[in-house]
Amino acid sequence: MAFNLDSKIPEGPLADKWTKHRFDMKLVNPANKRKFNVIVVGSGLAGASAAASLSELGYNVDCFCFQDSPRRAHSIAAQGGINAAKNYPNDGDSVRRLFYDTIKGGDYRSREANVYRLAEVSNSIIDQCVAQGVPFARDYGGLLDNRSFGGAQVSRTFYARGQTGQQLLIGAYQALSKEIGKGSVTMHTRTEMLDVVTVDGKAKGIITRDLVSGEIKRHAGDAVLLCTGGYGNVFYLSTNAMGSNVTAAFRAHKKGAGFANPCYTQIHPTCIPVSSEHQSKLTLMSESLRNDGRVWVPKKKGDDRPPSDIPEGERDYYLERRYPSFGNLVPRDVASRAAKERCDEGFGVGESGLAVYLDFADAISRLGEDTIRARYGNLFQMYEKIAAENPYKTPMRIFPAVHYTMGGLWVDYNLQTTVPGLFALGECNFSDHGANRLGASALMQGLADGYFVAPYTVSNYLGEHGEMDAAKKVTTAHPAFDEAEAAVIARTERLLAVNGKQSIDSFHKRLGLIMWDNCGMGRTKETLTKALEEIPKLREEFWSDVRIPGGDKEFNAEVEKANRVADFLEFAETMCLDALTREESCGGHFREEHQSGEGEAQRDDENYAHAAVWEYTGEGNRPELSMEQLEFENVMLTTRSYK
Amino acid sequence: MKITLHAWRQKDANSPGGMQTREVDGISKDMSFLEMLDKVNEDIINEGGEPIAFDHDCREGICGTCSMMINGQAHGPDGGTTTCQLHMRSFQDGDAIHIEPWRSRAFPVVRDLVVDRSSFDRIVQAGGFVSANTGGCQDANSQLVPKVSSDLAMDAAACIGCGACVASCPNGSAMLFVAAKIGHLANLPQGQPERYSRARSMVKQMDAEGFGACSNHYECEASCPKDIPVTFISDMNRDVLKASTCHSDK
Amino acid sequence: MSLGTHLKSSIGEKTLMAVTGVFLLLFVIGHMLGNLQVFVGPEYLNAYAAKLQSLGPLLWAIRLFLLGTMAAHIWAAARVVRRSVSARPVKYAMQKDLATNFAAKTMMVSGCLILVFVVYHILHFTSGNIDPIGAFAKAHISEDIDVYGMVIASFQHLPTTIIYSVAMVLLCMHISHGASSLVQTLGLLSCSEKCRDKIGPALAGFLLIGNLSIPLSIYFGCIS
Repeated sequence: MAFNLDSKIPEGPLADKWTKHRFDMKLVNPANKRKFNVIVVGSGLAGASAAASLSELGYNVDCFCFQDSPRRAHSIAAQGGINAAKNYPNDGDSVRRLFYDTIKGGDYRSREANVYRLAEVSNSIIDQCVAQGVPFARDYGGLLDNRSFGGAQVSRTFYARGQTGQQLLIGAYQALSKEIGKGSVTMHTRTEMLDVVTVDGKAKGIITRDLVSGEIKRHAGDAVLLCTGGYGNVFYLSTNAMGSNVTAAFRAHKKGAGFANPCYTQIHPTCIPVSSEHQSKLTLMSESLRNDGRVWVPKKKGDDRPPSDIPEGERDYYLERRYPSFGNLVPRDVASRAAKERCDEGFGVGESGLAVYLDFADAISRLGEDTIRARYGNLFQMYEKIAAENPYKTPMRIFPAVHYTMGGLWVDYNLQTTVPGLFALGECNFSDHGANRLGASALMQGLADGYFVAPYTVSNYLGEHGEMDAAKKVTTAHPAFDEAEAAVIARTERLLAVNGKQSIDSFHKRLGLIMWDNCGMGRTKETLTKALEEIPKLREEFWSDVRIPGGDKEFNAEVEKANRVADFLEFAETMCLDALTREESCGGHFREEHQSGEGEAQRDDENYAHAAVWEYTGEGNRPELSMEQLEFENVMLTTRSYK
Repeated sequence: MKITLHAWRQKDANSPGGMQTREVDGISKDMSFLEMLDKVNEDIINEGGEPIAFDHDCREGICGTCSMMINGQAHGPDGGTTTCQLHMRSFQDGDAIHIEPWRSRAFPVVRDLVVDRSSFDRIVQAGGFVSANTGGCQDANSQLVPKVSSDLAMDAAACIGCGACVASCPNGSAMLFVAAKIGHLANLPQGQPERYSRARSMVKQMDAEGFGACSNHYECEASCPKDIPVTFISDMNRDVLKASTCHSDK
Repeated sequence: MSLGTHLKSSIGEKTLMAVTGVFLLLFVIGHMLGNLQVFVGPEYLNAYAAKLQSLGPLLWAIRLFLLGTMAAHIWAAARVVRRSVSARPVKYAMQKDLATNFAAKTMMVSGCLILVFVVYHILHFTSGNIDPIGAFAKAHISEDIDVYGMVIASFQHLPTTIIYSVAMVLLCMHISHGASSLVQTLGLLSCSEKCRDKIGPALAGFLLIGNLSIPLSIYFGCIS
């Protein structure tokens, strides 16, 4: 059964769609709002902002996070900034330009109406955050400061030193805390969602596991919002937090939510290279560094002189050479592929040859070390701690790493998945970034969804479909809850019963390697076919030989990991299948068969200007593909050029 | 390199705990401290034991999840560093390493090195916010904020809520955490309307959670991974004093 | 929150300790300046002592005020200690100090010993209940009390000199942490950490030199 993918894009001119839609949407009378329970899973930018905003409106909200505090969600790690079309620097920015840059940056694989709305509300986000006390950087006159980010020729990025994500998350966390303090949000920390409960096809609750006691609990709600982030950890090594996972999204997928474009993975160009086999985590160096840093490799293959000994004439500033107009500020996918290309050709530096230089010598001599320290001090410090090298003196060594996933649960214009009542916000959905996300847009999207979109669209859903009569409401005593709970318990028991020999991490590492080698920065039919053969074998091995120490009725990080890795092992297959099916190169999805003579990505707009939406059909079965055609009425589809 | 690891093991909040010793071999200097623990846990699992539970998440020093006392110092021997950013190159071959959980009445042990820091959340819930509901905010540039104030607010806002201040304080006091939150908002114009009621409510909650008093040892400042200065405590003291004298509106 | 509730809060206790500390510190400074008149000559010190005695009810008012201040200081300290002890029921197997110092860590000990010393000092020079070499009795023979003579005679006695010297070291240790702390606690000079950290040791040094100069000069015969 294929999905009926009605995107519900409002009629009318692009710029009026959201305004018109807000007027057309159903409202819920303030007195009736308290009759509805909304479940928000995740407490990052999208989750915390949605939970706080819905609670302010008067709904009863239950918010869940697997971390020990909502303040620790991985949004906190975003460094560089958040975009908005404020045009404060007077450099020609506008809502239309932010919209255009985002569509183009996404390689024309996102929905025009969603992206326009994102650009439209971007300004309100900055206003909101400032009102909450987010300490954005300011100039000496007391006005807000902006900097540049990749993929744009205007300065529209607001920032708070190198900790913008943290500051925005604390803003949202404070708003959430305010509501928790009032008692209208009930916060469930160290609690992981393990299933969505659907009744008559509508989302009516979730099943969770208390990570401290291991208790499985039921929660009923009139709507469920998944704000559970991305699935970059399918690669094991990524810049995501160790706990980031696909479980909530994937379990929702199993319950009928379509998963769109899982192959769109963003590989971030500026990360600290892998240094040993024990590495558990990759660390990002903010893209903002490319404002002042210049990327280069030696012109001579295998040149192992220290960087300071390589004279200017023997350095290849390959981004400036290939893309003179954007230079070091090309979008992430372009920068990553260019780095990979140089390293594949043997020009890479460092012990492994899998790194390029990011050099600040020019900027330091132009602006002085103090200015650079003021701009990037904490990033330089972080680099020094990890790499044990002083980046003020020697250039940083960087290499691309998995960072963000543009794919996610398919949602319509209202951010509702294919399951009525089940919404997906932030990185968890697929909607706004197409095949490649521009820097500083993730924070913008998470907060746009949570503060300014979901409060309207969730109200609209409740106004239309919400059950106000308490006697008729679905409660946790409904048989659907019995069934879902039993399935969750059975799955954990099955995992514990394997009692094999290999650790969970060892499987995760092997999966990551398969994915990185075959479904990473460059993909081919051959590698993807290979991965599709290897993943089921690994999954089978996992289910017959994994060892989970301890029990599930206690605090046991291994049980958490086992559940997550088991889901990654299933999900990885869908991802490779999607990559194999998409016979074109676009944004973060680079099929080596589809490239121009100069190594640039080649799209196939005739056949692939669509979102590929996968439907779960049972473990080991091939998921079924549905497509949402993307209509472009306001932008011309051209080959992206940053030359 | 080889190390001797003494780690605190405790099954759950109600069970007694104790230090357990283990010889660990095959550690590389480039490993992070948590990667060393990953390896120890991998070894323990392969031997059929239960791994050492510890809190961690982002592993890039910003989420504030990791939390352990390493050789008697919160987050270990390197200044301005979280446990996850500490590397084994800070230790010598043959070193003995002691790891313990944060110890505070307000941070009960969950298991091994994992503690419950929800008391911090409750302090923020008591008033650590600006009551600005979503929507209807004026243009972000309509209120000028002197760069000095904004930078000072940012210095305070850098707090990651890890709890090292409490852990390292000889009195188990949470003043630096609370002062950082109060200082962040008190230095911005947006924080002014609720400035004194915020200080009052947060301190009240801090006391109710059972944190200790401050007697100005400044161990908190020395062990703070984000180098937040104790001058914020001084500012908080002044605000709280004002709150209970000239601004006792509520 | 009223001032009363505030004083029972963790910060209020500290405020009380700091404010009472200010008064006690002012007393210690004044006491020392008065005593330093021993270097000017017997007539000055004796006149000063007579002047104090002549204050009558005012003297008692000051004494009671200082007693109350000290009691409040001790009450606040006891609360701080109780709060801190209960805040960490399980101690660390290993804990290193990075920033604190000996004076800060021994505030309780130095405080208690100073209390003992104050009692001793009153019994010794004010009431005369303790009079190891009969100096107090001798000074009080005539109507015009010879405080100068009593001081000189007392500090020619080695054990008394040792007791007073040790007490002054403890007092100044206490002040070196206490005075800096009160600046921090009362939120004074918050912009200058250096100033805050130096004010205690500087004041303590000044008091130590001033206070020790008296018994030591007498013992070593510089004045007689």
